[in-house]
Amino acid sequence: MEKTNIIETQGATKIYTSSELTVKAVDEVSIGVKAGEFVGLVGPSGSGKTTMLAMLATLLRPTDGRLLIDGQDLVTMSDRERTRFRRQKIGFTFQANNLVPYLTALENVELMLRLNGTNGKTGRQRAEALLTRLGLGDRLDNLPAQLSGGQQQRVAIARSLIHNPSVVLADEPTANLDTERANQVVGIFADLIHEEKRAGIMVTHDLRMCRYVDKVIQMVDGKIARVVTERSEIDLLAGSSEFDRLAPGSTDERQSPASLSSPRLKAPIPAFAGGD
Amino acid sequence: MSVYLGIKEVWRNKGRFFLFSLVIALIAILVLFTAGLGEGLASANKEYLEKLDAELLVFQEGTGYSTVESRLDYRDARRISRVEGVADAGPIAFSNAKIVFENNLEPIDVSFIGVEPGKPGAPTATVGEGLRSNRAKVALVDQRVAQAANVNVGDFITIQVTQGTEEELYDLRVAGITDGQQYFFRPSIFVSLPVWDMYRPKADPSVSSSQPAVNVVAVRANGATTLGGLPAAISSAVKDVESTDIKTAYESAPGFAEQQSTLNTIKAFTFLIGALVIGGFFQIQTLQKIPQIGMLKAIGTPNPVVATASILQIVLVTVFGVVLGGAVTVGLSLGLPSGVPIIFTGTSILIAAVSLLLIGPIGGLVSIRLALKVEPLSALGM
Repeated sequence: MEKTNIIETQGATKIYTSSELTVKAVDEVSIGVKAGEFVGLVGPSGSGKTTMLAMLATLLRPTDGRLLIDGQDLVTMSDRERTRFRRQKIGFTFQANNLVPYLTALENVELMLRLNGTNGKTGRQRAEALLTRLGLGDRLDNLPAQLSGGQQQRVAIARSLIHNPSVVLADEPTANLDTERANQVVGIFADLIHEEKRAGIMVTHDLRMCRYVDKVIQMVDGKIARVVTERSEIDLLAGSSEFDRLAPGSTDERQSPASLSSPRLKAPIPAFAGGD
Repeated sequence: MSVYLGIKEVWRNKGRFFLFSLVIALIAILVLFTAGLGEGLASANKEYLEKLDAELLVFQEGTGYSTVESRLDYRDARRISRVEGVADAGPIAFSNAKIVFENNLEPIDVSFIGVEPGKPGAPTATVGEGLRSNRAKVALVDQRVAQAANVNVGDFITIQVTQGTEEELYDLRVAGITDGQQYFFRPSIFVSLPVWDMYRPKADPSVSSSQPAVNVVAVRANGATTLGGLPAAISSAVKDVESTDIKTAYESAPGFAEQQSTLNTIKAFTFLIGALVIGGFFQIQTLQKIPQIGMLKAIGTPNPVVATASILQIVLVTVFGVVLGGAVTVGLSLGLPSGVPIIFTGTSILIAAVSLLLIGPIGGLVSIRLALKVEPLSALGM
């Protein structure tokens, strides 16, 4: 039986208007992401991928079209409903400023449970287990300033998953990490999304990170330019610089054909326990 | 949730928040000392009048309620006491004297006040007995005088006054000691009016009367209900007088309003500085936290949680600073010389403390508004 989409957009459009200019940041984009599916949203700057992510995260209202998560229409929700929806249904990892600086790694993860009123002994145990699984078992009581960039991103991943969200969104999660850390972080992210059957979308400039996703959606000028679903094509994309040729219009983020030093990390994740 | 976030941030940044509390404590010390000084100076001016067992003071008409300018006939008190609604009336006469000592101790300047024993204006003794006779050469002394001159009931004090061109010395037996009864920045000694007229500074020492001219008449009313029409009734019954309530009377003292308005201006500016300092601190802190607040909102933290956490921090820091400042103020006040006119009791201190507690949230309002307006998308640079 065909699995239903957890994330579904139908003609999602976002138009920014000013006195002199009208810009279609997202132009009638329709996508679907199923449970356990990890999608890479790629494209040059200004292609609309972050706007798309922001709309899915209920941080931005579309100008037109429908956005559905778990069958719930994001467009018709009030601001209060959107805030509640974000903390209950969405896990979010950002490029930077992911963690609350005065909370420990464990407290940062527990934060989502506290926000949802589901913290407690069981919640703490789950948070500890998740962080341990992410190789941070000995860093539970460390403040973000005492963690490396990669460790902080792993804490953010744990936080984005701890409350069992339907959808996990990541905005450039590897932008501030070196290649090795980037591979570790996205590898873990992908594994957890697959294992826990979440619908995941990662916006990234780094095409090498596409090797961890199940589907690549390339956006150009607010539209979907190409959807890559074949594993061989995705791997080719991740390992070469042919993306520009495959998708005309992508001119400003040329990727070098770097040979990836770290293979995809397989569970059990604590293989790299000890941190970066 | 907001309590959790607010407290955690303060706890994990104890040093920064403590330093800021110290700034608030310093502001609190300044405000409390200013308020204490205001209270002390006001008290030094009005203590005797404020404690009068009377509701009204009657002055000579046209003197603007000035005890210095006003002159009333001694018999006016009798006339006034016969006015309907008046329970009793007592004449009061003010002058100055100096208590001197044989052993070269520093003389004490006092307000030398003549009253009619048993009438409004004559204070009651807390130790010993009050004035009983018009003739006895006895005095009731303010506890400050008793303390400074080291005298007890039954001891003698010597007052020095200028009569004519001579410095005259008179002995008075201390019949009793009153509580604090300062008038015009001096502790007071009370004698009967005939004794007062005999011993007061004057140009002609040979002239004295058992019924001298007095400055004011203190009026005790027959219940508060009759108070409204009483000044008019007194004015119509007795010629050339005007009456007012006690508060207006001491506020009309020369320099009183100017002094209090100066201190109130200092207080107001200190409060303003406090509000700006607190507002500035939390504004800068909020500006630094914009990405963090944006992230919190992006993961689903409701606006009220963000705002309440900020308010809680402001209240915590302010309360701690004010309590600390209050404790330091009390400590410092214990070491102050007795002559310094600072009083840390009274409503003005309470108002100052409450106002200090309010300036935190008021000063922090801008930062709370800023926190509420943070847009997750722009804060996170998305």
